[in-house]
Amino acid sequence: MRGVGKLTWVEMKLFVREPLGAFFTLIFPVVLLLIFGAVFGNHTSGAAGDVGFVDAATPGYVALVIATSGLLSLGINVARYREQGILRRLRVTPLRPGAVLAAQVAALFVVTTIGVGMLLATGRALFGLHCAGTPGPLAAAFAISSATMFALGMALASVAASARAAQAVGMAIFYPMIFLSGAALPRELLPDGIRHAAVVLPLTHVVTLLQAAWSGTPWTTQLSTIAVLGLTTVMASALAVWSFRWE
Amino acid sequence: MTAAPAIEVRGLQKRYGAAIAADAMTFSVAAGEILGVIGRNGAGKTTLVECLATLRRPDAGELRVLGLDPTRDGRALRPRIGVQLQSAALPDRLRLWEALDLFASFHRKRRRSADVLAELGLADSANVAFGDLSGGQKQRAFIALALIHEPEVVLLDELTTGLDPQARRGIWDLVRAMRDRGVTVLLTTHFMEEAERLCDRVAVIRHGRIVALDTPERLVAAAGGCRRVSFRIDTPFDLDGLGTLTPVRRVHRVDGRVVVEGDGDDLAVEIIRTLAASGVRPMDVRTEQSTLEDAFLALTGERLDES
Repeated sequence: MRGVGKLTWVEMKLFVREPLGAFFTLIFPVVLLLIFGAVFGNHTSGAAGDVGFVDAATPGYVALVIATSGLLSLGINVARYREQGILRRLRVTPLRPGAVLAAQVAALFVVTTIGVGMLLATGRALFGLHCAGTPGPLAAAFAISSATMFALGMALASVAASARAAQAVGMAIFYPMIFLSGAALPRELLPDGIRHAAVVLPLTHVVTLLQAAWSGTPWTTQLSTIAVLGLTTVMASALAVWSFRWE
Repeated sequence: MTAAPAIEVRGLQKRYGAAIAADAMTFSVAAGEILGVIGRNGAGKTTLVECLATLRRPDAGELRVLGLDPTRDGRALRPRIGVQLQSAALPDRLRLWEALDLFASFHRKRRRSADVLAELGLADSANVAFGDLSGGQKQRAFIALALIHEPEVVLLDELTTGLDPQARRGIWDLVRAMRDRGVTVLLTTHFMEEAERLCDRVAVIRHGRIVALDTPERLVAAAGGCRRVSFRIDTPFDLDGLGTLTPVRRVHRVDGRVVVEGDGDDLAVEIIRTLAASGVRPMDVRTEQSTLEDAFLALTGERLDES
């Protein structure tokens, strides 16, 4: 479609020029990996039991990348574009309204993929990162996880009254979620009570699904996780469509 | 030569809750014309532009831009109109050339970015990020974006607000140049001078209603506008003699000055000739012309600049 590719490209350039967003999506997960990898190493008899720490933690860091760009960046960017009148300006061009949002999603999805690539490359180069999964389930888990987080981000942008509100609400959800879901910290470090309570967080299921795909657990054992994420995606998308405003 | 009007509005009605933004607005804009819409903040100017620009659905009324209905035929219309919105922006970190390149990519028909930038005096700013442009540069940039695809109709909402007088005049030249290329322009403003100097016709709106629509000159004349010639004399003179001159409407004294109101370009000449024939030499002669500002006050009962 005319212009969508160009808009996606421009959005990617703008993303890189925004140092804070670029840092949290692209650099921060790598830094976490470096710190914890340096502390715990990747030996099979290390902190995470019979798998190396880095091998066990990496799916969580992947979830972190997805949540940062899907929930936070998308939610805040779209809310800010609405507040500043950028969506209005784009709406009086021949670009279809849906295409304006699709370009945002596409740009951030590419960024997410790059972030994950940087993470995996670092893990491989420094810690001998090993993946027991197969490409099909891994790609599917990545796609399902991204769909959920991007849908939540779009819902956040739609519901928030302002860019500031999107930022405040987004952070208030994001920070507890990355620590309680097992994304930024291994779940095994959390008390049982918190771990059980964390099933209400969508990111918990994202981490579960990514870990299963990573460790090569058959996808048929993950049907309930996939169902929860699918339902979350549908509900968040419905909320986004229902409450979306262009200005 | 009666070409179809480029813009037609019949009975436009739009309200937001209890606030009426457009009330039975009816007018048309001829192809190649600059129509100015003037009114105070909240009079309904932006609503009108937004309805024409396909952004808002009228509650009632028929709108046609280039023969298309902005509500129904938005997809066909958007490539043919150029719009500069009052509350619109672009990302601060987007560079000017990138913005033009991006907007050009939305269109099949487009001009070279470099040409448009040069025309708007922005050639040196192509690599500057939007957030670093000055107010005047930003306005010109938005005009550039509205013109990149050679639109047939251009809608400009408050395009010179926040600009200094010199920048404003520069923008006027640009708008005139557009019109001279055959583009139809509808612009809103709350600067009287802008309406008077730039627009072929002016629509005065108040509370969503068009209270008058004509050329600036005829609006002034219709509102009882006239010329005023005032002077001092130190010799006794019977003023009734002036009152009998054809162009004179009224003669009176204000603060020791004689004030003659009348019409026509010859008013001052006739008065001076009559005085000279009686051997009277007028001193400190001043002439003034009623302006659109006076007409606006007469038409709406409001001053434009009070908000």
